[in-house]
Amino acid sequence: MSGFIIRRFLIIIPTLLGVSVVVFFLLAITPGDPAELLLGERATVESLEAMREYLGLNEPLYVQYGLFLSRLIRLDLGETIWTRQQVWHEIRERFPATIELSLAAMFLSCFFGIILGIVSATKQYSVFDYLSMLASLIGVSMPVFWLGLMLMLVFALNLGWFPVSGRIGVNTELEVITNFYVLDAILTRNWSALGDVLHHLVLPAVALSTIPMAIIARMTRSSMLEVLRQDYIKTARAKGLSEVKVVFKHALRNSLIPVITVVGLQFGILLGGAILTEHVFAWPGVGKWIFEGVVKRDYMVIQGGTMLVATVFVVVNTLVDILYVVINPRISVR
Amino acid sequence: MKSGYKRFLIIGLVLSLAFLGCAKKEEAPKMAAGEKGEGGTLVFGRGGDSVGLDPAYETDGNSFMVCDNIYEQLVAYKDESTDIEPGLATSWDISPDGLTYTFHLREGVKFHDGTPFNANAVVFSIGRMMKDRNVKFAGEGFDIPPQERPPEYWVSMEMDDTVGSIEAVDENTVVFKLKRVEAPFIANMGMDFASIISPAAFIKDPKGFLRNPVGTGPFQFVKWVTDDRIVLEANKDYWDKENGPYLDRVIFRAIPENSVRFLELKVGNIDICQFPNPADLELARKDPNIKLVSQPGMNVGYLGFNHTKDMWKNIHMRRAVAHAINRQAIVDNIYQGMGQLAKNGIPPTMWGYNDDVPGYKYDPELARKELALAGYPGGEGLPELKLWSMPVPRPYNPEGLKVGIAMIGDLAKVGIKANVTSYDWGTYLKRQREQPDDMDMFQLGWTGDNGDPDNFLAVLFDGLASPAIRTQWKNERYHELMQQGKQTIDQAKRVEIYKEAQQLMYDEVPVIPVAHSTVIWPMRNNVMNFKLHPTGSVRMKNVRKE
Repeated sequence: MSGFIIRRFLIIIPTLLGVSVVVFFLLAITPGDPAELLLGERATVESLEAMREYLGLNEPLYVQYGLFLSRLIRLDLGETIWTRQQVWHEIRERFPATIELSLAAMFLSCFFGIILGIVSATKQYSVFDYLSMLASLIGVSMPVFWLGLMLMLVFALNLGWFPVSGRIGVNTELEVITNFYVLDAILTRNWSALGDVLHHLVLPAVALSTIPMAIIARMTRSSMLEVLRQDYIKTARAKGLSEVKVVFKHALRNSLIPVITVVGLQFGILLGGAILTEHVFAWPGVGKWIFEGVVKRDYMVIQGGTMLVATVFVVVNTLVDILYVVINPRISVR
Repeated sequence: MKSGYKRFLIIGLVLSLAFLGCAKKEEAPKMAAGEKGEGGTLVFGRGGDSVGLDPAYETDGNSFMVCDNIYEQLVAYKDESTDIEPGLATSWDISPDGLTYTFHLREGVKFHDGTPFNANAVVFSIGRMMKDRNVKFAGEGFDIPPQERPPEYWVSMEMDDTVGSIEAVDENTVVFKLKRVEAPFIANMGMDFASIISPAAFIKDPKGFLRNPVGTGPFQFVKWVTDDRIVLEANKDYWDKENGPYLDRVIFRAIPENSVRFLELKVGNIDICQFPNPADLELARKDPNIKLVSQPGMNVGYLGFNHTKDMWKNIHMRRAVAHAINRQAIVDNIYQGMGQLAKNGIPPTMWGYNDDVPGYKYDPELARKELALAGYPGGEGLPELKLWSMPVPRPYNPEGLKVGIAMIGDLAKVGIKANVTSYDWGTYLKRQREQPDDMDMFQLGWTGDNGDPDNFLAVLFDGLASPAIRTQWKNERYHELMQQGKQTIDQAKRVEIYKEAQQLMYDEVPVIPVAHSTVIWPMRNNVMNFKLHPTGSVRMKNVRKE
């Protein structure tokens, strides 16, 4: 088992190396010059040249890649072009916000998604089944951008139940230690700040949870339906087990494998930063940061951000692989 | 096992209900208002975070608007114009040859870190941007740390070609020796890049200064939550206490989505909303809690020609385009009331504006005649032209592609076939400079830096001055006028020079001025005394909340 886990983790290294090549050279062939964007209309030939020299853009491509790689090996992601801050520092400031939002959204979508899926499957072709599948179809096809604005209009502007945007109120004082505001509030026993932080988390988490929730619900339903037709379920019923026991003990566990794959994938995607949700809710996370880096051609942000997202994605998927084995010992470990 | 699942269900349900149950009536933030309607916190909502707060190195408005409240310069722009008034210098003398500027500094001013503002601080702040650092301190001076990167504005304003040396003569006197006569120099000293910073704070941590700024301004820096907010508080030791600051705190919040920012204003979580969607302005007018302030922007959006191509050397061709395009319709429909038809290369709010220039009138018949005079009657023999349109919204042009499409539609009506071409912004700027063959006409524009006509008329249109001038129009007389303008210190004489230049531009059609945009920002009714400045700077010194 431990050999399996170590092997799974070792595969991550070549994968990330591959990502670094793709990221670097895609960026190199993408048109757009960060020096031009930095200086805008007012750039003179002289100031442009000075800036390119300073940014190292005048070096040949292979030299630039070599520098990038050698830094990467030392886990040094360099300094951003626009804000002149260490990329690591920028990630440390923003990634906790993204993780917090993703965890909240994932929690909502797993909980409600799995319940919806189970109920639909056990009551197949009932009104509830149709309704919940319709709801998940709407959930998966609703643009987050629009949904976010609607949530704000209804729950923030009209009902006044939640704040419109942001991560914490302007008048809330919170001593920041880890940048995970929920954690920081608990650590400093600042309960009013905790309330405020959770309050700000609700709308973006709901907006972000709709798509994974819909996918999880549909996946649970179909996987559950398949399992419910199995002979051992008939056996379980035949030996007189209650329906609840049949569904939860015998069917659910066996139908969770594909669901966990989906959960893992979705979680990986969310951790990469939900660009639209973060943009709409003014949520200072990595998605918004990378997106703005692309717009401004901040190579350092794009490189650092993409490497971060790739790493997170690969690690989450590796963990999911390992989880399979834990959940279903029949999946052989080789 | 059964109970295990039940527990899972129950705990999950309780947790998610608790989570959703965080709903409570959001209270509008209560401001601790003082007795005379003073104090309190003002939250300014804007589209993005600042990049950095070291004025020598910044290039973007979101950084400068915070700097404007932390720092001050030797001279200042008046509240609603770019006329110069004393800032950290109480007065200045200019030698008869126009090459020596002596600034007499305000006494008793302190930086936010408690260190004194004096002549050495001026020499340090400006001197650190010089390439050859030809500076002299009074008494014990400072070692100026090396530059991290080229100081953008200093380089692009060609200050190294202007400033020869800076010397602190005594505690309160600084002398600038210039290499050439440069009339706009004094206006340049009021720009953000010329802000005076605390040398002690900078030397302590040169790399960290842009995140821990220290100046002499009405507000001092408290904290910066990246991508979220920057918090400033009133400078209790401000030298001009009689005139502010009145607010206790100012918070600049980054809310990237325009409509969300406007919602925050409606709810009352922010007090001023920068750059609303034009559609939201209607809602703002109907809202009894919101008022609008507007200010004609100090900018111009224009359509340029590729003067390196033979076709555009023919003035009839340029005139044909000028009369074919219905610019008023563009201003009405695409700027949506947030713009003003342009007839000159400088905005009407600027001194030296020539209101006698008639401006090109929309006249398709005249355009057809000019086209025939150019040798292309009815557009015959004319290749399909490429009109470059900007891919990004800029202050002077909200939607380049729509403007481009409107223009080619108008051109087609008189027989000129054209299509709209665009690139990503970086490529657009880069290729435009090369004046390539596949560019016939291009949209571009400019936002003024210092309120001097030279900053528009020379920088944008005098192609003989430098190959870096984007329009590359080369006209001997115009070049002469621009040189005269720079070398004449007397403003009345400069007005005459620039008026002639604008008439010359009208006659020669080097570009077609399209519009000057108007800035309209909504704010809560209780925000008093907030004025939009033509340079786009956001000043909180005089603002109060009732």
